[in-house]
Amino acid sequence: MASMVAIVLIGILAFIFYGSLESMARFGFKYLITSGWNPVSDEYGAFTAIYGTIITSLAALTISLPIGIATAIFITEDILPRKVNEFIGLMVELLAAIPSVVLGLWAIFVMEPFLRPFLILLNQTFSWLPFFGTEPRGPGMAPAIIILSIMILPIITSISRDSLNQVPKKLREASYGIGATRWTTIFHIILPAAISGITGGALLALGRAMGETMAVTMVIGNSFNFSWSLLAPGNTISAMLANQFGEADGSQISSLMYAALILMILTLSVNIFANWLVKRISLKY
Amino acid sequence: MKDRVQLLHTAKQLNYKTFSRKNILEKLQTAIAFCLLIISIIPITFILVYVLIKGGTQLSIDIITQLPEPPGDDLLSAGGIGNSIIGTIIVTTIASVISVPIGIGGGIYLAEYSSGGLFSRFIRFGTNVLAGVPSIIAGVFIYGIIVSTKLIYGSNYSALAGSLALSILMLPTIIKTTDEGLKLVSDDLRRGALGIGASKFITITRITLPAAFSTIATGILLSVARAAGETAPLIFTALFSFYWPQGNEILLEPIASLSVLIYNFALEPYEAQNELAWAASFILVMMLLALNIIARRIGKLTMDNKSN
Amino acid sequence: MIKENPLPKKIKRQNSSLILENVSISYQQNLAVRNVFLKIPKKRVTALIGPSGCGKSTVLRSINRMNDLIVGCSLKGRVLFEGTDIYSPKIDPVEVRRRIGMVFQQPNPFPKSIYENIAFGAKINGFNGDMDFLVEESLRKAAVWEECKDKLNESGYSLSGGQQQRLCIARTIAVKPDVILMDEPCSALDPISTLKIEETIHELKKNFTIIIVTHNMQQALRVSDYTAFFNAEKDEDNMGGKVGYLVEFNLTKEIFNSPVQALTKDYVTGKFG
Repeated sequence: MASMVAIVLIGILAFIFYGSLESMARFGFKYLITSGWNPVSDEYGAFTAIYGTIITSLAALTISLPIGIATAIFITEDILPRKVNEFIGLMVELLAAIPSVVLGLWAIFVMEPFLRPFLILLNQTFSWLPFFGTEPRGPGMAPAIIILSIMILPIITSISRDSLNQVPKKLREASYGIGATRWTTIFHIILPAAISGITGGALLALGRAMGETMAVTMVIGNSFNFSWSLLAPGNTISAMLANQFGEADGSQISSLMYAALILMILTLSVNIFANWLVKRISLKY
Repeated sequence: MKDRVQLLHTAKQLNYKTFSRKNILEKLQTAIAFCLLIISIIPITFILVYVLIKGGTQLSIDIITQLPEPPGDDLLSAGGIGNSIIGTIIVTTIASVISVPIGIGGGIYLAEYSSGGLFSRFIRFGTNVLAGVPSIIAGVFIYGIIVSTKLIYGSNYSALAGSLALSILMLPTIIKTTDEGLKLVSDDLRRGALGIGASKFITITRITLPAAFSTIATGILLSVARAAGETAPLIFTALFSFYWPQGNEILLEPIASLSVLIYNFALEPYEAQNELAWAASFILVMMLLALNIIARRIGKLTMDNKSN
Repeated sequence: MIKENPLPKKIKRQNSSLILENVSISYQQNLAVRNVFLKIPKKRVTALIGPSGCGKSTVLRSINRMNDLIVGCSLKGRVLFEGTDIYSPKIDPVEVRRRIGMVFQQPNPFPKSIYENIAFGAKINGFNGDMDFLVEESLRKAAVWEECKDKLNESGYSLSGGQQQRLCIARTIAVKPDVILMDEPCSALDPISTLKIEETIHELKKNFTIIIVTHNMQQALRVSDYTAFFNAEKDEDNMGGKVGYLVEFNLTKEIFNSPVQALTKDYVTGKFG
């Protein structure tokens, strides 16, 4: 029965690889660097989606990493009363339990309208930067980035909290014992000791963000037109799969499989690296 | 006199200096971290408030018991989510029926039978990797091998296909928690059972499994909760339905689910459908929270037992 | 039971580095140590001895406010350092710990290089002199320079347990405190390392006031000038709980040769504990 895991995993990889052969043969490497999705002329390029996948997940990680780590520090360092810490921990776990599609619904009707004035301001102030070069009109990469950063926050917080808790108490004492302040201790002693676990957690969160589908597809705009701008509608591989797969046929299916293969490779490599790092923390002390 | 000067000097040095660079910096860093902490709990607070208000307020017997109406038919009402609630329960139950025995079996193999060799290391690694596979990929996989090929009795979109996709996502969690739960059971217990002449199989089924029961049950419930909220694997496997699941071939027909209803109706231009999506979110979130709370209760139970 | 005031009269107020006045320490509601009066003399070694659970470590950790890090730990009474009450709300505990350093039971070097282990404390305390010199000086004073001089850039964990503990002493010295607290510094070490640490302590008392907690009476006899004997008794207010108290404090040779209290005599002759 244990081998079911191997069978399913290898089955998925083989199936996706086999499915994408046709498209690989036709478009080859060009598929990765061209954008445009035209079922009529049967021309496909996934650059928009690949760019979207990477940029949204990296941006989301950049946003939620400091927030998640700060939260983890706050609740492991006994800065607040224990009851408050427990409450915050509970809220973070609650967030992890909310399904992606509900977050998407909230993002469409609550978050995006709330965010829009700020995004317009961003566009007006920084329109000379390609990332903010277009006027926000509702769905786009920026709302997708924000909802993704909310979704991965619980992973970052809980893994950071676990790694911080594993830092031996004696290191903390040593640092306080020579007259270090709280934040000197945190930055110079505790965080360096927990860094591999935190990095592992960040990578797991990155992998999750790359593969995340529903909330993203609901707010990203699902556009195949490439734009550098984060304020413009965009696409990710998983959003593209969710939108196109049900209605696709023929060579479009193969092209979608090709995209799925790229997504698999991206998430697998990130995840494997993350698992390796997380495992290392338990060996260190 | 000299002593007094010395004393005052020491006191000054040890006093807390509110405006020293060090102390301002400390305060500043604590303040920044506190702001980030507040930011981290703002989203969940607002999400819960909106789901409770926008979803909870509309709740009525009609909404829970009626069928949804196709968008555009009636601008004032979108019907109810009765079949979606049942659909979610059916699909998740079937997914559990498939993945729980396999998952527990796999976990038992890893913890009790494998010798830590290459094969079991590979399976543990594979379990971690499978846990990281994006849920949409599970949907694509099942679509490809079951839906598009009409593999099962010639039906394409079906409840069964949806359940299979979900079971792929549940499997790694169940294997992992079983494996870890069994490893926590002390070896003394095992030796005790084997020592009085019980076979390995009897030891596992009568002694070790019951001892690890609550860890495993927690893991299963959490994975059920995760599966019940999943959408991506269902949108092109189980699809959606505007009707009650009925007849002899329920499992071979497309089936509604709360999550797919939320997805479909959130993107409709009609307000009535959007409202129904909020109501469905409320029900779904409540179901998942209940599962999570039960899972945690069971988990806590063991902790208490162990500490006593 | 106590026949007379256990404070030795010989220590004058101005010769004492630390004075504990009626100190009681509790964890949450549980009293751990009660009513301790102590005068710790300057530039001498004072040993705190007693059976386990008598609160000697708790008292030690209260002297540089290390107990602040334990949630729910509270102190009544006064701890005067150079005449200043370090538990007064005006006091910055971080500054207290800079002046009163601590060496712990388990060697706990930072996961950094040997050099960085020493330099870190000095740097955060605003040291801007010759760091190489400070590192060498501190390692020499802690009698671990010979073992370290060729591998200053290697991890602190590459040293043996005894060397690690001396590295931790060097790290504490580098901050230039007035007082060094040592919490059973040799309990995790082999006899040879223990001997080396004891030699180090002899050297250090020229410049530092040292307070050492030890469960080893021979060690107290070997290294200390003064000894405080603590004991634990059942606490009537707190069913079954033990509370520690100071039995006797005097010159070490008095404690071991002619103790005033019968209890002290029983303990130092090995009748209990």
